[in-house]
Amino acid sequence: MVSLRVKIGKLNLKNPVILSSGTFSQDLKYFLDLEKLGAVVTKTITLRPQAGNPPPRTCETASGLLNSIGLENPGLDVFLKKELPSLLKLKTPLIISIGTFDNLKELVILAKELERIKGVSGLELNISCPNMKRKKLISQDSHLTYKVIKEVRQATTKTLIAKLSPNVTDITEIASSAQKAEADALSLINTILAMAVNIDNRKPKLATITGGLSGPAIKPIALRMVWQVYQKVNIPIIGMGGIMEAKDAIEFILCGATAVGIGTANLIYPDLSLEIIKGIKDYLIKSRIKDINKLVGSLKV
Amino acid sequence: MIQVKAKLIYNKKIKNNYFCCALFVEKLAYSAYPGQFLQIKIDNGYTPFLRRPFSIHRLKGKNIEILYEVVGKGTEILSKKKPGEYLDVIGPLGNGFNLNIPYSVAGISILVGGGIGVAPLLFLAERLVHNRQSKVHRGPCVLIGAKNKRELLCEKEFQDLGCEVRISTDDGSKGFKGKVTDLLKVFLQKTNQRQGRMIYACGPRPMLKEIAVISQKYSIPAEVCLEEHMACGIGVCLGCVVNTKRGYKRVCKDGPVFKTEEIIW
Repeated sequence: MVSLRVKIGKLNLKNPVILSSGTFSQDLKYFLDLEKLGAVVTKTITLRPQAGNPPPRTCETASGLLNSIGLENPGLDVFLKKELPSLLKLKTPLIISIGTFDNLKELVILAKELERIKGVSGLELNISCPNMKRKKLISQDSHLTYKVIKEVRQATTKTLIAKLSPNVTDITEIASSAQKAEADALSLINTILAMAVNIDNRKPKLATITGGLSGPAIKPIALRMVWQVYQKVNIPIIGMGGIMEAKDAIEFILCGATAVGIGTANLIYPDLSLEIIKGIKDYLIKSRIKDINKLVGSLKV
Repeated sequence: MIQVKAKLIYNKKIKNNYFCCALFVEKLAYSAYPGQFLQIKIDNGYTPFLRRPFSIHRLKGKNIEILYEVVGKGTEILSKKKPGEYLDVIGPLGNGFNLNIPYSVAGISILVGGGIGVAPLLFLAERLVHNRQSKVHRGPCVLIGAKNKRELLCEKEFQDLGCEVRISTDDGSKGFKGKVTDLLKVFLQKTNQRQGRMIYACGPRPMLKEIAVISQKYSIPAEVCLEEHMACGIGVCLGCVVNTKRGYKRVCKDGPVFKTEEIIW
């Protein structure tokens, strides 16, 4: 028997496959047994309801998906009343993604409110959504990253994961700040700021002009960042960016990811995560590795 | 909604850039209703990367027929698929047309299709004809719009169902010269306007916007089937929204059929 168990902060996951924020909803239960997953991360919740950005919000690019949803969500109160109760019935560890548009204090309030709910396993701090009107993202500033994580850290005892932006000159600097502020883990990477153009009407394909790029198009960049950060920090990394099959997930693990996030792929093949879990297991058996943790960061360089 | 590997039974060119294919999707065909759609992964690789949404054109036994226009890379690849090949299909998806209009409401159903927008209307017409309580009730009247005579779709199929069919072409090469919405106005003025009890429409967005105006002017409720680029098609990503009086709504999950009065055009 091989062990797929990994630890992210206080969380013990039965396998390293996590459904990433913005691509998980309870409706996926019609396609797969959610209880077989390592963990799930909700769509980002903000304190107040957010209408989101005007359409068009998505477009396909070469091996990728460009999106500008704009954190559409019903806000904390409605989330707690209408969505959380059924999420709590899941036996899979539940990670709530939290974010804010302009008020850093809101993150602390969100963390405090969620601290009281026993079934919530962890928080993912979305300080890297590229589709907000802020000129600079929290995770594009290492001092601000430190300050925000530190404050939220004081508000929660739950596993705290910081999701970082790849749109920076040196990802390791930001990752180090997050570790120093006592984040339990890092999610790497959020989408890459990008755009697409329609030459027929000479308009951008997204209403917000720019958006976040995800999918296989960004995988090499994500791998590079996971590898760089793995050299610099000791906290676990959840690697993500264009994972479409088990092979991709294993690449992230070799580069230093303790767990992997499946995002865009869920939108195309809603049952794919289970295939990936199986594929990772098969790889361990074939490679005669008994514990997946032995594989983490084992890239031969 | 389920995910299945569907066998392509046939895939044939109808005319110009229009194709019709049939997928063997037994499990899915039973629960499908007009206005719903399928999300099809056209090819296994990354081109095209996302699934593509297609309206259900009609049911033929255990097959679902799709009528499509080749407009980009995805549909071009689809048009070259051969019978016997398998496609990964999710469906049936979305909320379809409301067929439960009591017969105490007088008048006929008017179906208005522009271009490839006729695709979901054939399935709708079939159900409307089938649902008639007696021969006394008239079948739906179908207004089909096209750029020209050569682009006209489904005229015979609707006639075979016993529908009254009226045609408009932009260049006047067949039927009424002008937009199908102008034909609708003429139709409503000529016949007693109270004869319409429901307008069902599908086509380009400007046409549907005009349908909303006509619906209000003649006090006939209207439902439109929206076409939109989608990422997931199953309500997860919040990518395909339309602005409504109750905020942004997902075309894939809350629609694709909406009452015209709900939408902020």
